[in-house]
Amino acid sequence: MSENLSISEIRKKLSARQGPAYWRGLEELAQTNQFQEFLNEEFPRQSVPYENSLDRRDFMKLLGASLALAGLTSCVRPVQPNEKIVPYVKSPEEMIPGRPLHFATAITQGGYALGVIAESHQGRPTKLEGNPDHPASLGATDVTTQATVLTLYDPDRSQAISNKGAAKNWDEFTAALASSVGNGDGLAILTETVTSPTLARQLQEVLAKYPAATWHQYDAMHSDSALEGAKLAFGETVTTRHDFSQADVILSLGSDFLSEGPAKLRNTKDFSRKRKVREATDTMSRLYVLESTPTNTGMMADHRLTVRPSQLASVATMIAHEVGVEGIEGALPEGFDAHTAEVLVEDLKEHAGKSIVIAGEFESPYLHALAHAMNAALGNVGKTVFYHQSVEATPVNQLESLGTLVEGMNSGAVKTLLILGGNPVYTAPADLNFASSLEKVTSIHLSQYLDETSSLASWHVPQTHFLETWSDARAFDGTVSIMQPLISPFYGGKSEHEILAALLGDATASSYQIVQSTWQNSIEGDFDTFWQQTVYAGTIAGSTAANKTVSLKSLGQTETSEAGEFEVLFRHDPSLQDGRWANNGWLQEVPKPLTKLTWDNVALLAPKTAEELGVNNGNHLKLSVGEQSVTAPVWILPGQAEKTITVNLGFGREKAGRVGSDIGFNANLLRNSDHMWLGNIDVAKASGKTELASTQLHFAYEGTTERRHLIRHGTLADFQHEPEHPHFVHPVEHEKSDLYPDFPYNSYAWGMVIDMNVCTGCNACVTACQAENNIPVVGKKNVLVGREMHWIRIDTYYTELDNPEYYVQPVACMQCEKAPCEPVCPVGATLHDSEGLNVMVYNRCVGTRYCSNNCPYKVRRYNFLQYAELTSTMTEMSLAQNPDVTVRSRGVMEKCTYCTQRIQQAYIKSENEGRKVADGEVVTACQSACPAEAIVFGDINTEGSRVSESKKSKLNYALLEELNTVPRTTYIAKLRNPHPALAGEAEVH
Amino acid sequence: MALARKETNRVIARGETAGSIDDVVNQPIEFAPFKTPRWWWIGFTLALMGLGLYLASVVKLLVTGIGAFGNNIPTAWGFFIINFVWWIGIGHAGTLISAALLLFRQPWRTSINRAAEAMTIFAVVCAGLYPILHIGRQWLFYWLAPYPNTYGLFPQFRSPLDWDLFAISTYASVSVLFWYIGLIPDLATLRDRATSSFMRWFYGILCLGWNGSTKAWQRYQRAYLILAACSFPLVLSVHSTIALDFASSQVPGWNNTIMPPYFVAGAVFAGFAMVLILAIPLRKSFGLEKLITMRHLDNSAKLMLATGMIVVYGYCVELFMAWYSGNEFERYMAWNRMFGARDGWAFWALIFCNGIAIQPLWSKRVRQSTTWLFIISVIVSIGMWLERYVIVVVTLKTDFLPSSWGVFKPTIWDFSLYLGSFGLFFTLWFLFIRLLPSIATSEMKELAHHDAHHTSDYFEEARAEEFRKKGIVT
Repeated sequence: MSENLSISEIRKKLSARQGPAYWRGLEELAQTNQFQEFLNEEFPRQSVPYENSLDRRDFMKLLGASLALAGLTSCVRPVQPNEKIVPYVKSPEEMIPGRPLHFATAITQGGYALGVIAESHQGRPTKLEGNPDHPASLGATDVTTQATVLTLYDPDRSQAISNKGAAKNWDEFTAALASSVGNGDGLAILTETVTSPTLARQLQEVLAKYPAATWHQYDAMHSDSALEGAKLAFGETVTTRHDFSQADVILSLGSDFLSEGPAKLRNTKDFSRKRKVREATDTMSRLYVLESTPTNTGMMADHRLTVRPSQLASVATMIAHEVGVEGIEGALPEGFDAHTAEVLVEDLKEHAGKSIVIAGEFESPYLHALAHAMNAALGNVGKTVFYHQSVEATPVNQLESLGTLVEGMNSGAVKTLLILGGNPVYTAPADLNFASSLEKVTSIHLSQYLDETSSLASWHVPQTHFLETWSDARAFDGTVSIMQPLISPFYGGKSEHEILAALLGDATASSYQIVQSTWQNSIEGDFDTFWQQTVYAGTIAGSTAANKTVSLKSLGQTETSEAGEFEVLFRHDPSLQDGRWANNGWLQEVPKPLTKLTWDNVALLAPKTAEELGVNNGNHLKLSVGEQSVTAPVWILPGQAEKTITVNLGFGREKAGRVGSDIGFNANLLRNSDHMWLGNIDVAKASGKTELASTQLHFAYEGTTERRHLIRHGTLADFQHEPEHPHFVHPVEHEKSDLYPDFPYNSYAWGMVIDMNVCTGCNACVTACQAENNIPVVGKKNVLVGREMHWIRIDTYYTELDNPEYYVQPVACMQCEKAPCEPVCPVGATLHDSEGLNVMVYNRCVGTRYCSNNCPYKVRRYNFLQYAELTSTMTEMSLAQNPDVTVRSRGVMEKCTYCTQRIQQAYIKSENEGRKVADGEVVTACQSACPAEAIVFGDINTEGSRVSESKKSKLNYALLEELNTVPRTTYIAKLRNPHPALAGEAEVH
Repeated sequence: MALARKETNRVIARGETAGSIDDVVNQPIEFAPFKTPRWWWIGFTLALMGLGLYLASVVKLLVTGIGAFGNNIPTAWGFFIINFVWWIGIGHAGTLISAALLLFRQPWRTSINRAAEAMTIFAVVCAGLYPILHIGRQWLFYWLAPYPNTYGLFPQFRSPLDWDLFAISTYASVSVLFWYIGLIPDLATLRDRATSSFMRWFYGILCLGWNGSTKAWQRYQRAYLILAACSFPLVLSVHSTIALDFASSQVPGWNNTIMPPYFVAGAVFAGFAMVLILAIPLRKSFGLEKLITMRHLDNSAKLMLATGMIVVYGYCVELFMAWYSGNEFERYMAWNRMFGARDGWAFWALIFCNGIAIQPLWSKRVRQSTTWLFIISVIVSIGMWLERYVIVVVTLKTDFLPSSWGVFKPTIWDFSLYLGSFGLFFTLWFLFIRLLPSIATSEMKELAHHDAHHTSDYFEEARAEEFRKKGIVT
């Protein structure tokens, strides 16, 4: 600072002053700029504010530079690779990209047809809906049907013909087949239950061509009891058909008619229609269930009476005697309430001609005969119970049939065995030792997977999926469906028709030709018209079996069974059935009714029995029958009969595939020919514990659970007593209050009503939703830690441990008008639309999971890991995905959308046609699958729509309404219809 | 006992001078690297190992996803949020000491404010990373910020999580600024005392050319006061905002108006515990007993006791309100917290840690014992973690629908990320005590000057006399 000081300048300044002049330094005296600067710096308060702003020229320079830099952003390498788009030269008929096509076809379960409508996106079937015109479906589907689409694409399905592990082609196979069959001496054919007219025709032709050949049937889904029962009662192989829509009183003798058998969906439809209550003037049927293990049917019962399996016959005999069946005598077992039995008998008698007695599929033939006799005595035949000729091609006692076959194989009478479907090595009773017999013969196994049987057979031929081949089959009432394929065999499979055609000498015949030729011969009139109409409709009109008059024989001896200390019941797994769906992830992960278990089978025990044995959930038990034994984890199930163990079949598969192998234990090892479905068993505590993946913690429905008023339930009498304001539906009045005015929903307002009164908890909606909405499977480990992804779940509650009532409540996103999830999302990824839908913007979600915390219904699901098959990996499984629904990535929240894609489709259609969306035009996936018609969806703004009418019912209530979330999904309270004389016992508030 | 003679209850030992303060504080920093004491190397290595664990856990998280951790539905928030709230709470004592006590003209804050502020910043670093890590798509965390973009994307300001973003970023930036401004004169001292050219250059850059002029001091003081005024409300607002994450939801057990004040008290409580956990070894290892005196520890303990009692009051009010509301969900939640078969232990453990373990602090003898203070502080830190565990996990597990109640099983990664965050914290802490003066020397010099010339002794002695007369102390 001292440079630049000019002494001469200072002198000049000094000389110019007059009077005394003080200064602090020479710089001050000089009044230099530097000194001024220093002063300003040192004493900033005296200085002027900072003024050195950007001048105009610099500003312009910077502006220009910024613009130039901004332009740089366009200088990026093209990310999109060059692709050519080639249009169809010849466009496939009706094919419009982005718009699915629908075809009628049918799926078989245990040999019986269930009509379905398959949705196809550009040649990829992605979803099945029930065929409303099909008698077994009436539009509904079940849990396995929904999941079969996944099996179509399953990469674990076998993909090549093989001979002892070596890949062969079709020609090599047919040549080998011809040479090993020779003149048919020692040829045996093993099929599952056959209702297909074409397959029956082919089999007859084979038997005609090779008179020495034999045909055997064994279907693991099949129980011979009904057939033997009919023989016992009538001396002929008639089939029974029940009309639950006409029955006021139903007595089930161990029958799970709502979830077993070929008519289960039809039964559920009929049963539910009879029990739908909206007004106090509506009526309900009354269901009595005697059973040993809780079933979906038992869950619906107005009076559910637990009996041990060995006691069922004597109770039934006593009831039969009382209602007027002659020649038999029974006594009530100890502990069975005589008053209940009296009332039950009286109720049946009062409703003679309007009642049904139905025996369990897996109960003894005697019980079936007893049911026939009771229906006859009550005059139900021809009113609620009908008989017709069996619709199976040749109804046989399948266990005997299999036994004969095994004898033949062991004796050398059978040299070549052709197995068309099924997996007898796994499913046959243990005492037959099918595996060792199989090694004695040349065997050919047609199956979808290289399973236990295939790997022991000489030849394995991959089987087509039902969506890959032409075929036909009959429904429970005889109605024939033509099954049409939607896709050519994905993994090069062959159908049973093609194999039999090869056996008949035509190795090149296609299933299409084979099925057509069956019908060409039997149809009068123009075949093309018939074919077109039939394939389009999915059923052949007028093919229903005619009712038959039967005459009851004397039942003869009263049958009683000897009970051991522990009894066992073998039941199909509700999802995997006999194990055929073991490799289907959807079915492994869908929580089983009541237990809510996934990925395991268990030994079900009554709470008391578990206490006596000193075991808890997951502890191991050693179950043994004779020499055979398995170790099974325990699951305690309220309502199970004491000292009775239920085990589910279908697990413990060794060669199911990557998903289904080595899960659970193989209960088939405990089955012998003399006790296929029930028997005595030895039980011992074993060491070890299995962690079981249940999706719900289990508590008794009392205490806090009851005080929360989640399940509103009462009796029909309660409702009739208070028709205007049923107290049980609204136990507490809640004032609606809000600071802000409600948002006006002026156009559509989508809403849903779930009728808890008819919901059977069958899970069809869960899998339907999974198929529709590309919901991934997470695996046992993730279910164990609470990360299952199902958008709709069936909450299950029990009232008590020993003699409980069961309540099921399907819960999906409630689409709250005042959704608590919305205000807490920091990125606005969950929002409300103007029609009241709570929508998720997956792309926007960063995954804070706050929405889930704030959701009182806990219906939001989160992709904790990359669960979904991403299209970038392009696996076969990703082909099963619905192109209308986004596939979610890791870190994203998801939930029920009310099938918004379906709403959009309805919009597009209605707007093109210049009208409003009609009531019933939008059907959500869960709703369409539901056999009980428990789910109603639609526009609540439309006066008279089914949903708005349902919401007017006095039984309508909102879950957790006190939170003022104003959910769009509401519930119809659960009603029971106990007999007035027994009401005191049934009523549990 | 040599140690006992060194201890004093004055805010600064008698006879400290500017030079002695400089020497005792700056010596550890001026060591040549190879002369760094062994305990520092051991501590730093352990901290680095922890940091390694932290980074490994973060890599696992980013590669595998949040599914590697224990979170599930219904417990969608788990250890991440517990740790977040825990760490951010710890930071609060630092801000309280440096800002609030400065404005209240509490001279005893002076020797511990620097370390406490450093603690605040490091705790905020540890805390602030958790919300980013815990979201599902961590690479999109910036979507919470209002920035111009072409997606038509804008934060949803009704969400408390967005309030969090602003609360934490404000807190972090104000804390860093405050801390750094306070450091400038001390950095200049280090520059001036530097024995090597590197140090002179290093601290010269950091002290921003501080020249100790009137102008510099004048601006410095002004800035410091302004920042103190800015920080002061943050003591209350930041943790209140965090509390709103819970309070503004409708989860039973979260939806309580008492949450914000109770969280703030809890934060200060946990923060003072952490201050003690850090200060007690620090003064011992650096021989700072004459500067961080028993008076400081005693006062911190008193504050800990006071805030601890507020927290206990909060627990009582929560339980009372749950019962008094007559709301089944709230009642069950409270019952389950206390007596739930799976979770009752956590509640009683936290009552012990936060309610019972602090009661000995009523005794002066306990407050004067570094060992006891250290033990109690560790217990309090554990207790405050458990409190957040109860609030986050136990509450979420059992909300409205019993069908959706779940279990929470933390995985090894939950623990490793938590332990690893200590690594992050202590890595920064060890670098801080090695490279920067852990006591604000400029303020201490002011205090020493004040002490020597403006007779704070008079007051001290008069008070001591009074106490002796009343028999409070002998």
